[in-house]
Amino acid sequence: MSTISQEAVVVRPAAPVPSQDTAVRTSRVARTFIYLVLLLFALFYLLPFAIMVINSVKPLSEITGGNMLALPQDWTIAPWLSAWSTAQIGVEPTGLRPYFLNSILMVVPAVAISTILGALNGYVLTKWRFRGDTILFGLMLFACFIPFQIVLIPMARMLGLMGLAGSTPGLILVHVVYGLGFTTLYFRNYYAAFPTELVRAAMMDGAGFFRIFWRIMLPVSGPIAVVSVIWQFTNIWNDFLFGASFADLDSMPMTVGLNNLVNSSTGVKEYNVHFAGAILAALPTLLVYIVAGRYFVRGLMAGSVKG
Amino acid sequence: MGFLDIRNVTKSYGSVEVLHRVDISAEEGEFLVLVGPSGCGKSTLLNMIAGLEAISSGDIAINGRVVNGVHPSKRNIAMVFQSYALYPNMTVGQNITFGLEMHGVPKPERDKALAQVAKLLQIDHLLDRKPAQLSGGQRQRVAMGRALVRNPDVFLFDEPLSNLDAKLRVDMRTEIKKLHQRLGRTIVYVTHDQIEAMTLSTRIAVMNKGYVQQFGTPKEIYDTPSNLFVASFMGSPSMNLIPAKVAVENGAPHVVVMDAEGQARLLRLSQPALSAWSGREIVLGVRPEAITDPEGADRKSLNVQPLKNRVTVTEPAGSDTFVTTTLGGKDIIARMRADASVSPGEVFDFAVNMDKAVAFDPVTENRIA
Repeated sequence: MSTISQEAVVVRPAAPVPSQDTAVRTSRVARTFIYLVLLLFALFYLLPFAIMVINSVKPLSEITGGNMLALPQDWTIAPWLSAWSTAQIGVEPTGLRPYFLNSILMVVPAVAISTILGALNGYVLTKWRFRGDTILFGLMLFACFIPFQIVLIPMARMLGLMGLAGSTPGLILVHVVYGLGFTTLYFRNYYAAFPTELVRAAMMDGAGFFRIFWRIMLPVSGPIAVVSVIWQFTNIWNDFLFGASFADLDSMPMTVGLNNLVNSSTGVKEYNVHFAGAILAALPTLLVYIVAGRYFVRGLMAGSVKG
Repeated sequence: MGFLDIRNVTKSYGSVEVLHRVDISAEEGEFLVLVGPSGCGKSTLLNMIAGLEAISSGDIAINGRVVNGVHPSKRNIAMVFQSYALYPNMTVGQNITFGLEMHGVPKPERDKALAQVAKLLQIDHLLDRKPAQLSGGQRQRVAMGRALVRNPDVFLFDEPLSNLDAKLRVDMRTEIKKLHQRLGRTIVYVTHDQIEAMTLSTRIAVMNKGYVQQFGTPKEIYDTPSNLFVASFMGSPSMNLIPAKVAVENGAPHVVVMDAEGQARLLRLSQPALSAWSGREIVLGVRPEAITDPEGADRKSLNVQPLKNRVTVTEPAGSDTFVTTTLGGKDIIARMRADASVSPGEVFDFAVNMDKAVAFDPVTENRIA
């Protein structure tokens, strides 16, 4: 150690400060290689989407002519308009619009209710502990592991008994019940790291159960709420099984509508319309990810690393 | 009956009793400190006063009203937590007035109270900041502000200084003492730091293993500790506890102790009652400052006994010099003036102020004189 000259320590030229994202300093060659691989994978993942987009703005004749990969010679948005409002779905030429609305009417309340209930559950399970709370939480976690198919028949019976069969409220109920396990898990783990002294302080300040939740807990729950919303939104929006099983014509969600559009056995298969419809069905989740995605990662990491 | 009465209070978790028949009280305006090692039950007791933990048996009364089962917010108390527990999403101003808001105090009055408290604690310039933007000392002030603004009957402090660095801790200690002198409010303060306990309190409850070992003024606790635990816990360096035997010479009780060379030495005791212990073993308790050089001995003391003994170590601390010697087979620390000329290895003339010495029963560990 003593052989290191003082000079070496003092007059070292300032090395480029590594940014926060690069924990390991890499050479230029390694960098190029990394970016090349990343680009390759990005292309690999984007290709199917690109083909969908390309073919959704082509006339059908160009697709059936065998030019799936080529750019359209004739740009048109007719397939989109058709998919949205005039395409034949089942027996009605309604387009996907009513199903899109059904899905929105189902997803928004279902996500909101399951997230709020999950937050309340997490709050009670961590800050208002009672005998057997960990067992209860363990049981709730089971909801995360039960396959959808198992509950189909009992759920159908329950919905029938409650008079909610084949309706949007019925679907909302199903999704809330099924999502509670996840949202409770998220919020419980998030609130477990939240200092209990704050709750006690608020209690001494005279705030009650809901006031503490509303004024103290919720304002700091942003990251985990985003996680919960994204998770629930994607799951519920993309659900096909419950939608196909429990909805009737007035309440069918987008996924079922899309299936009916693509699988209609009459007439010509309008691939360009199908592509447009599929993109329409994927847009909302895409939007949620773009808007809230960075909070998603941040929220998932919260608690594991301090700060 | 005092302003804050804790009568026969116990706390059990299931069949395990963690607090045993605690019986203490404080007058209005007193600064009561609960001190003890961790796990002694002091924080549990504070939480019971606060209403955050249920009382298993006994009564707690504040200002003449039994508050068992009364909700924390209805006891007219305020608490400063160890972690400060500031609401991270609110500004300093909102933090301080949150309690008033919850109690339905109208906005103009809240603002007035806030301005007063902020001025008192000199945090006027911080009111719009978030807790994350404050230093440790500032957070501490805000936490106190939140308690002050409520104008409670009793303030509860749960180890409020333990998160601060050493220098700031001493400053804040003085601040708290000043605040108490200025406002004259009743305070219950939990700490494991015996210096905080001694400097701040008007009354101390020393606790260990769920029992109150001694309850009294700082002077009583320091001068006449009721048992060996209190004697060794309070004071730094702690009280010298020397195994000795009582012998009666010329009609007065003496202790016989072994010096560093193993020679028996006689020291006359100031308590005549100890004659009854003649021939029996005791533990003699002498504070370090009661063992000095002859010039440094207390002039007012009626019973300063000379003692020749060999010095093992000297530790000059600037303000004092700590001298270690051996008595009764144990290391004994003497606190001398900084300029006392002592060197290790020499046989030195110590002066022991026996008026300040106490005696304990080695079996029951209680003080006998």
